[in-house]
Parts: sequence; C-alpha cells; structure tokens
Amino acid sequence: MVDATISAPASRQMARPQSSLRKTMQRKSTIAFLMALPLILMIVILVLYPAIFSIHLAMLNKSMERFVGWNNFTFLFGRQTFWMVVQQSCVFAITAVLFKAIIGFIVAHFVHNIPSKGQRKWRGMLLVPWVIPPAMSCLAWLWLFDPSYSAFNWVLALFGVGPIPWTGDANWARFSVILVNIWIGAPFFMIMYLAALKSVPDQLYEAAKIDGASWWQVIWFITLPMMRNIIAITALFSLIVTFANFDIVRVLTAGGPIDMTHVFATWSFRVGIEGGDLPLGATVSLFMVPILSVAAIFILRDITKRGSEV
Amino acid sequence: MAKKKLSRRQFVASSAAASTALIAAPYVRGAYAAGKLSIGFWDHWVPGANKATETLVKEWAEKEKVEVSMDFIPSQGNKLLLTIAAEAQAKSGHDIMAMSTWLPAEHARNLEPVDDVMADLIKQNGNVNGTVEYLGKVDGKWVGVPATVGSQIKGPCSRIDLLKQHAGIDIQAMYPVGSAPKADDWTLDAYLKAAEACHKAGFPFGIGLGTTSDNVDTAGAIFHSFGAVLVDKDQKIIVKSDPVRQALDYYKRLMAFLPPDVPAWDDASNNKWLVSGRGASIMNPPSAWAVAKRDAPQVAEQCWTHGMPSGPKGRFAPFLPYFWTTWNFSKNKSAAKSLLRHLSTRDAAEKMVVASGGYDLPSFDKLTDFKTWAEEGPPKGTLYHYPNPHNHQILSVAAAPTPHKIAVQIYVQALPTKMIVKHFQGEPMEKTLAWAESELEGFMRS
Repeated sequence: MVDATISAPASRQMARPQSSLRKTMQRKSTIAFLMALPLILMIVILVLYPAIFSIHLAMLNKSMERFVGWNNFTFLFGRQTFWMVVQQSCVFAITAVLFKAIIGFIVAHFVHNIPSKGQRKWRGMLLVPWVIPPAMSCLAWLWLFDPSYSAFNWVLALFGVGPIPWTGDANWARFSVILVNIWIGAPFFMIMYLAALKSVPDQLYEAAKIDGASWWQVIWFITLPMMRNIIAITALFSLIVTFANFDIVRVLTAGGPIDMTHVFATWSFRVGIEGGDLPLGATVSLFMVPILSVAAIFILRDITKRGSEV
Repeated sequence: MAKKKLSRRQFVASSAAASTALIAAPYVRGAYAAGKLSIGFWDHWVPGANKATETLVKEWAEKEKVEVSMDFIPSQGNKLLLTIAAEAQAKSGHDIMAMSTWLPAEHARNLEPVDDVMADLIKQNGNVNGTVEYLGKVDGKWVGVPATVGSQIKGPCSRIDLLKQHAGIDIQAMYPVGSAPKADDWTLDAYLKAAEACHKAGFPFGIGLGTTSDNVDTAGAIFHSFGAVLVDKDQKIIVKSDPVRQALDYYKRLMAFLPPDVPAWDDASNNKWLVSGRGASIMNPPSAWAVAKRDAPQVAEQCWTHGMPSGPKGRFAPFLPYFWTTWNFSKNKSAAKSLLRHLSTRDAAEKMVVASGGYDLPSFDKLTDFKTWAEEGPPKGTLYHYPNPHNHQILSVAAAPTPHKIAVQIYVQALPTKMIVKHFQGEPMEKTLAWAESELEGFMRS
C-alpha cells in the first residue's frame, strides 16, 4: 500500500514530459512550423547566408585579407562614377515604374471592358512579355537596337528618318533600356490592376451613373480610391525589382556608352566580378539595401493598413 | 573442432609478407595508379577544336595512368570567369584551370608557381614575348603556362580589294606570304589616310570604341604606339602627358571616319561589320574571316590578316594570351605539371593550331612557323602574318606596364576607350584627362 502511494506520483512524473511533447507536436502552430521548416532552411541558406556573407565581403580590403570596416563605403562616396550610378539607378527605376503603372492602368481598363468571352485570350497575349525570360527577350531587343543592323532603323530609313544610335548615344541608350523594362514589366501592372478593377463593386458605378458623374469623375472618385492599395503595393514592389535590375542593362548596353546606363547591379558586377574587386562589388550592391528597405517599409505599412481596413 | 596452432615462425613470416604487400601496394600501377586530375578548359568557339585538346589529354592520361575529367567551360556569359571566382573562394575545384589575360595575376596567391615547368618549356620552345611574361609572372614567379588554345593577336584584317581600290594600298604586297613584311610605310598616318578614303567610298574601317575587350585592345596598341601610358610601373599616374594627348588627338581624327555607333560596339560588332561587306578593315583575330568563309565566302576571299601600323614609338599589336594554371589547393600538382608539359610540346601545339584553323597561337618563339598559317585560305596564306613570324611587331596588352591590380581596372573599366569617346564627343582634352586621373586614383585602392 505504501509502495503504491509512493510510486503513483512518480509514474505520473515520468509520463508528463511524454505527454507534453505529444501535446506540443499536436499543436497546429508546431505542425505549421515543421511544415514551413524546409522553406525556412532554404531561406536561411539561399538568402540569409549570402546576405551576411556580402556584408562580410564589403568590410574587407581589395585582396580580402584585412578587415577595413566602413572604408569601402566611404571610398565609394568619393567616386564620381558611383554618384552617376546612383542617379542613373533612380532615374531608371522611377521612370520605368511610372510608365509601367500608367500603361498597365490604361491597358487594364481596355481589357476590363472587353466582353468576358474574349477577355481570356487578350489577357494571355498581353502577359507574354512578362512571361518570356528577360534574358531571351532582351536578346531580341538587342537585335532590334543593334548598333549597325537595327531593325528599327531599317524601318525608319524607309521613311527617310534616322539612323538613331539606340545604344551608341547616352540618352538614346537610357531611353532604350527604360523602354525594354516597361515592355517587360507593364503586363504585371496590367494583371494586378485588372484584378483590382474586377473587385470594385458594380453598384458604385451604377450609383455614380445615376448621379450623372462624368467618365473622369468615375475614375477619380471611384476607381482610383478603390484601387489605391493595389496601386501602391504594385508600384512599390515593382520599384524594388526595377531598382535591382541586371539583365536588361547587361544584355542591351553592358552599362555603356561611357558608363551612362550602369545601374547598381551592373556596376557591381563590373567592379566585383569582371574587375576582380569582390569587396567593392559587394559594397556597391549593398547600397541598394537602404533604398530598397525604405520601399519595403512602405509596402509592409500599406499591407498592414489594408489588412486593418478589411 | 580441431584448432590449428600458429607457430612463432609462421606468425613472423606472415606478418612480414603482409607488411611488404601494404608498403608496396601504392607502387603497383593499376588503371589509375597516379590518381585523379580534373581540368577546366576554355570552350573553343571553333567547332571540333576541343577535340584536339581532349585527344592530347587522353593520350597523356593513358600513358601516365591518371584518371582525368575535363570540362570545357564557355566564356560567353562570363561562365568561365564566374567558375574561377567561385573556385578561388571555395578553395576547391579543378586541378588545372584555363585563365584569360589578367586572371593569373588576379588569382596569383591561389596559384601554384610553375617556374620549373616554364624553365623547361622556354628551353624547349624558345622565349616568350614580354606581354606573356608581364601577365604570367607575378613577383618574379610564373603562375601559369601560356596556353596555345585561346591565345590570339588582334591585328588588322582588311579587304584586299577595297584597300587597293579606295586607298591605293596593296596589302598583299606589303605583307607577302613566306617572307618578311615590307611595311615601312604602314604608319598610323597611312592608316588614317586609308580610313578616310574608305569612309568616303562608303566602306568605313570598323574599329570599336565600346567597353569590351576588342575595343580596349585596339586602343591599347595605338596608345602604346604613341608611348601613351596612364600609370607607370611605379604606380605613378602619368595620364596628363603629351603622348596621351597625341593618342587622344589621333583617335579623335580617326573616329571621324568610323561608323557613328562605334561607342556601342561589343566584341561581335567588328566581326559582323567585316562579314556584312560594309567595312574595309577591322582589328580582330581570324574569327571574323572564319565566319565569313562560312557565311559570306566572297568577303572571305578578299580578307588579309596583317600587321599593325607603326606609330612614333613603334609598331605594337594587341596580344591576349590564355594561361593554363594550377590551383595551390590542387590535390595532384605533380600530375597537373606533367600534363602542362605535355600540352606545351611542339607536336601538341601544332595539333591545336590545326584544329582551330590557325586561330590559336602558341606563345613561344619557336612555335610560330606551322604550315597551317601559310596554307589556310582562301585566299591562300591569308593567315601567314597572323602569328607575327618575323617579329616585326611588339606584342602588347593595353594598360601594360602598369602593376596588375591597377592595370586590370584600367582594362576592365575600359578607361582608354571612354577617354577617346569623351574627347571625341566634344569634351576638352584637359577635362578628359582630369576625369581619367580621378578614375585612376580610384583604381589605386588596395
């Protein structure tokens, strides 16, 4: 009897850890965590590790033998070419995003007004530039812009115009890379805006019609406010992607002529990989972080706001 | 169960036999007794050219009992450059790696010195030119063996008919097959006059001024012809000098006769220019002619590869050697060195030259007389002067003799061509020089 009274709590104590582990394993959050673990590990290996490594690289000297702290960053502040790249990256990203948003908005309206039967075909066709791998489509554009055998110039010549140095003159080269970025990116805006347009309740338009609102008033007072969140998120998301663009500039102009089309990613590649100065290349690419972080903060704030509105 | 008792004598005898077998085992030559060797070669653009290298390596591997694996890595898309950078970072990878122009110097601290191999090869094949020595020797030590595959001179390739018709120059008479050039009158002034005449006739010379290798190489050779150096070998910036001013001024006059889009040209542009039949002359290895042979035979029949025009300081031709290097973290350095010797024999070099249709150039003095260059055509003998057989040109590389770490920046960032374009587009000379000086100060970073 005595034995029994002593042994019962002991056996309960033995059983407790097992049951608590079982409980933990049965919790939804634990299961969710375990299921997300492969993805978390992938992010750690493919995103976090390279990010930390690039910060480490950016703090080494050219031969990667000595820790130099912030020296690489201060060195870049004194370089004329660096400031030119900052300016060009901003002009490239802001101009491209602005035009992508405008074109996407207009095309989304056109597609929205097509009867639903034929809409799917148009949506599919308009998405083609966004679906083709950029390196491939850029090669096609390169042939169109080719310095000596440009197909555009051939057409222009039929009208007695040109030839235009599409990639040979600094301003034309900037125009060309922005144009291709718009061509590739506008369908993304179009599809996002189309989804937003479809979610605007028809009753609002009907009410506006009854009130005698003009086309412009409908856009300004109904469509735009209803799409505000999606416009902001799409624009900011695109700003991040455009800012970090590499392939378009690399394929079309390789940063030329006279560095006039370099953006952060292409200049970083030129300095780091081609020039054999990995620390400075890493430093150049890290300059995108503060700029893109600001954009990311806006995105997250906007998403939170949208979430609380819902 | 009956037990067999082991005597002391039997134990000693069997122990001795086992020890002998263990010690002797590594010296028994099995199929791959000498270990493994992995090689990263440059992937040749000439169809079938890799085959010659592959055969030579397999021959050697069979003889030496080494298990080899070969990767032919393309330079397009910087694949080779990225592989080398990754292997240098990881301290792991191929045992032998093909490296272009500046890479041996850049990775010198990770490379195995090959002074012993080079001493033997120089004895066997003759001297190498100053450019090979400048690029392949770091702190007095050879860090790579100049490779036949991929090494090239980027001299002029001109249209025989167009030069004769529009500029009055018989380029074949100036550079005859089988004998030394008669090119005393082939100067930069003569070149400028010919460029002007061909431009007027609607066949401009195609000299690129973009930021890629071909463009920088030509600019480098012409700068050398004026004695124009941006940074001297003691790291002193000397960009604000008269020779640099003369070179910029010359290029400004030349650029007026070039196609207007040359600042956007890449390494393919000049080839296309010649093959299209629109240009009278370009500066390139015989790849443009080889493509013309396939795509535009009537153009190829009129192409003649010849020497550079001479300037006030001499006649300089751009030479870009490839190197075969061995990482110092390679696990089979002795086998690697043995293979490098095998690939650098006269016989091996000739096989590579033949397989590449004369494109590849050995860097050693005694290996510039193969029949291929005299016999390739049409027109027959078009490549005779390509390997500089009479040493009438100084083989050079842009940015030499500047110390490597600065020179590679000058080259990769294409400082000479940017200076030329800036000045041509109307920027005053002194402003261009000041800008270049500021860029060079940035390149001094250590």
